[in-house]
Amino acid sequence: MSPVSDHLPNGPYGPVPRKEDARFVRGRGTFVDDIKLPGMLHGAVLRSPLAHARIVSIDTAAAEAHPSVEAVITGDMLAGRNLAWMPTLSADVQAVLATDKVRFQGQEVAFVVARDRYSARDAIELITVEYEPLPPVIDARTALDPDAAVIRDDLPGKADNRIFDWAAGDREATDAVFAAADVVVDCDMLYPRVHPAPLETCGVVADMDHVSGRLTVWATTQAPHAHRTLYALITGLPEHKIRVVSPDVGGGFGNKVPIYPGYLCAIVGSILTGRPVKWVEDRSENLMSTSFARDYHMHGEIAATRDGKILGLRAKVLADHGAFNGAAQPTKFPAGFFHIFTGSYDLQAAYCEVTGVYTNKAPGGVAYSCSFRITEAVYLVERMVDLLARELGMDAAGLRMQNLLRPEQFPYTCPTGWVYDSGDYPRALRAAMDLAGYEDLRREQTARRERGEYMGIGVSFFTEGVGAGPRKQMDILGLGMADGADLRIYPTGKAVLSVSCQTQGQGHETTFAQIVAAELGLSPDDVEVVHGDTDRTPFGLGTYGSRSTAVSGAAAVVAARKARERARIVAAAMMEVSADDLEWTEGAWRVRGDPEQAASIAAIAMAAHSGLDLPDGVEGHLDTETVYNPPNLTFPFGAYICVTDVDPGTGQVAVRRFIAVDDCGVRINPMIVEGQVHGGLADGIGMALMQAIAFDADGNCLGGSFMDYLLPSAVECPSWELGATVTPSPHHPIGAKGIGESATVGSPAAVVNSVIDALAPLGVRHADMPLTPAAVWSAIQGRPLRSDLAITD
Amino acid sequence: MQIAVSVNGTEYSRVIEPRLLLIHFIRDDLGLTGSHWGCDTSNCGACVVWLDDLPVKSCTVLAAMADGRRVLTVEGLERRGELDPVQQGFAHCHGLQCGFCTPGMMLTARWLLDRNPDPSEQEIREAISGQICRCTGYENIVRSVRWAAEHESAAADRDHHGLGDGSEGDDLA
Repeated sequence: MSPVSDHLPNGPYGPVPRKEDARFVRGRGTFVDDIKLPGMLHGAVLRSPLAHARIVSIDTAAAEAHPSVEAVITGDMLAGRNLAWMPTLSADVQAVLATDKVRFQGQEVAFVVARDRYSARDAIELITVEYEPLPPVIDARTALDPDAAVIRDDLPGKADNRIFDWAAGDREATDAVFAAADVVVDCDMLYPRVHPAPLETCGVVADMDHVSGRLTVWATTQAPHAHRTLYALITGLPEHKIRVVSPDVGGGFGNKVPIYPGYLCAIVGSILTGRPVKWVEDRSENLMSTSFARDYHMHGEIAATRDGKILGLRAKVLADHGAFNGAAQPTKFPAGFFHIFTGSYDLQAAYCEVTGVYTNKAPGGVAYSCSFRITEAVYLVERMVDLLARELGMDAAGLRMQNLLRPEQFPYTCPTGWVYDSGDYPRALRAAMDLAGYEDLRREQTARRERGEYMGIGVSFFTEGVGAGPRKQMDILGLGMADGADLRIYPTGKAVLSVSCQTQGQGHETTFAQIVAAELGLSPDDVEVVHGDTDRTPFGLGTYGSRSTAVSGAAAVVAARKARERARIVAAAMMEVSADDLEWTEGAWRVRGDPEQAASIAAIAMAAHSGLDLPDGVEGHLDTETVYNPPNLTFPFGAYICVTDVDPGTGQVAVRRFIAVDDCGVRINPMIVEGQVHGGLADGIGMALMQAIAFDADGNCLGGSFMDYLLPSAVECPSWELGATVTPSPHHPIGAKGIGESATVGSPAAVVNSVIDALAPLGVRHADMPLTPAAVWSAIQGRPLRSDLAITD
Repeated sequence: MQIAVSVNGTEYSRVIEPRLLLIHFIRDDLGLTGSHWGCDTSNCGACVVWLDDLPVKSCTVLAAMADGRRVLTVEGLERRGELDPVQQGFAHCHGLQCGFCTPGMMLTARWLLDRNPDPSEQEIREAISGQICRCTGYENIVRSVRWAAEHESAAADRDHHGLGDGSEGDDLA
């Protein structure tokens, strides 16, 4: 293993403490619910108790008569303003407030605006809605049955619940590989519906100023610029009169990418009342109505030779998108990046088919640090490789090592067309095995098995694709995914960088200051980072899909280098030499061969603002701006090993160790990078062992609170053991790759592989997440549980 | 109804609805927004404050129950312009990312260290096991608390609750 520090340039890169922490440790962050404006009103949403029902009538008279109520909004009222439906991020529409039917439990039906938080809640109880129940479609596997109720009868001509059929790869070539293979292994597996559950729920403060015509929206959004454009498109308000502010945000994980009905209702409430309106959902509303993740029913097949050469991969997927196709993903592919499912292996052919269906459940599908479905793809291939190893009687790590892409194959075009930028996969896997003491662990496992103890060792290897993204592959409602950066350098040599991405905890105020500081010979303390306010930052599409460092970070580098080149012209004039005679070394422009003759950025900035006779190419200062169009995704990767102990009597799984070696290229702030990995690993434990949003046969959500939707605490998590390799991205200006989602993408398979490995002596071949004690125990009994539905028989 | 509560050593007297939750009293009535509201069901701990000498989840405590008692929030951790070692530890060890769970975590950590100045990793994990962090995977929170344990001497004379004598009250009736 190569220590991270070996690969870091000198200077501002490194584990510097975060600038953000000064306010957070004092309780002085500003989250949306902390905002209190004069005259501010409070909104509350009335939600459907039923999963599928026709609305017969809505009576709001009693709510309107409540002494504290200022407005009651229904779908019919919105329809009068052409606002009852809004576009989703996946070319569908979603009801803002229901007009015809309710299509999932928790769907928004009416909105009350009152003078205080509690009165708003009181008043929604005074609204009477008469429903005519309809048969719900809950099990995705029956959604396409001929007799299934049609959920989306609002769509013209819609006669079934099919959203899309989509395929990628070469079907014939893959079939040929499978036909000729010595060994074919297959498995059905479910990646259950989970919810990102950021600790801060979603919310908004909308303030319509009818005098100026300006709408200001403070929102828990990961994409303030995209939201501004969408609000303009939806409401018809002119975009230059809309300001979206994303203040401190208490975690996002993809949950805060979409626009939710409550946001639009608050805006309408402010338009109607002329006063600011705050709406903050409660935890149940968050879990039951906002963007969920996964819900992929997958059938995988893997083909190989008898001696362990992997040849091909096939997958057939049924994707449950809920009642509206609200998948928050920017790719031009309906299953996102799922077709990167060949993973990290050198195989000959692959083919996947994905069918998307509507069900009477909350809309979504893409969220929760998933890199637009790479999570599902990695889980599929890593389970299939483990099943193959078992079939062949080979070691799980050894089979992977035998089939990993070799360093000389990069840049590598995978069978479905993605071009991986760089990697040294065997080095990362060997590093993880060394850190784990892999061979010793296998010996220990053998000894324990002889004593009747069930210890598991799970391996996963993943390739991520992050930094959305190239315009040929992705956009959001037609908006290309470039990110802007503006850099101002003040006369005293202090700099302000404005970026289009924002932070939900990633520490951009620190990392981006380090990026600029490194380019300009400044201290990170001399660089202020502005983000999260559309009035103060250039356009860009936000923070999700691990794209900030990959895209906005690159924009910051380009802007800084532009400023540095302009500074070179000024420095030449200052020192009365030719610009060609200058070189940038040790944080200053220096005369070649006479490095004592030098000018720092601070000195040059002052000169640029001074009476100096400015040379051509400099208009008066060093300020620059840029827009960065990523030429490709970046492809971070990693090798994970999870050690578990399973009690076969109770089904209880204890995660004893978790070893994670990540390669995300050059690390700007390794402390922050490791923190990102830590959080993702906890997510992996949660998804693999605890978290699922299940439903009963009537469509009642069984994961509507933290009492039912279990998240890992400190006692379920081991002390993470991290390692690193550094393989720079060849196309990113500083060789960095994204990191935010790597651990969430890569770790669930390691945990599941570990538990199944532990249970191998009992004949267990597969069990679906979450591997709760009940699920493990049932698997041992040979009666695996279905984790997405409550047992109804 | 009227209640009088000492919060961070300052006496507050307010007329409230009997059903008002302590977290909303602290945040909305007093404007102390460092304490957060996260789940409604006592599961996440974003709302942890001290009521007298015990950490409580203020989303499931009525403000009325704090009448005549002392409350400590994150805003009360800093003393005389100096951060509590727990606050320093969280910043030093990257014990926070989004910052939403942090105030509650720090208040529980302070309570733990007041009773157990040298906690093991496992004792720290158990102490915060009623609280959720979605960002850090807990690793650096544990390290932060250990860091604070090792740097406590500077704050040995700390007295978090002792200032509740009303002398700093801004609005005592």
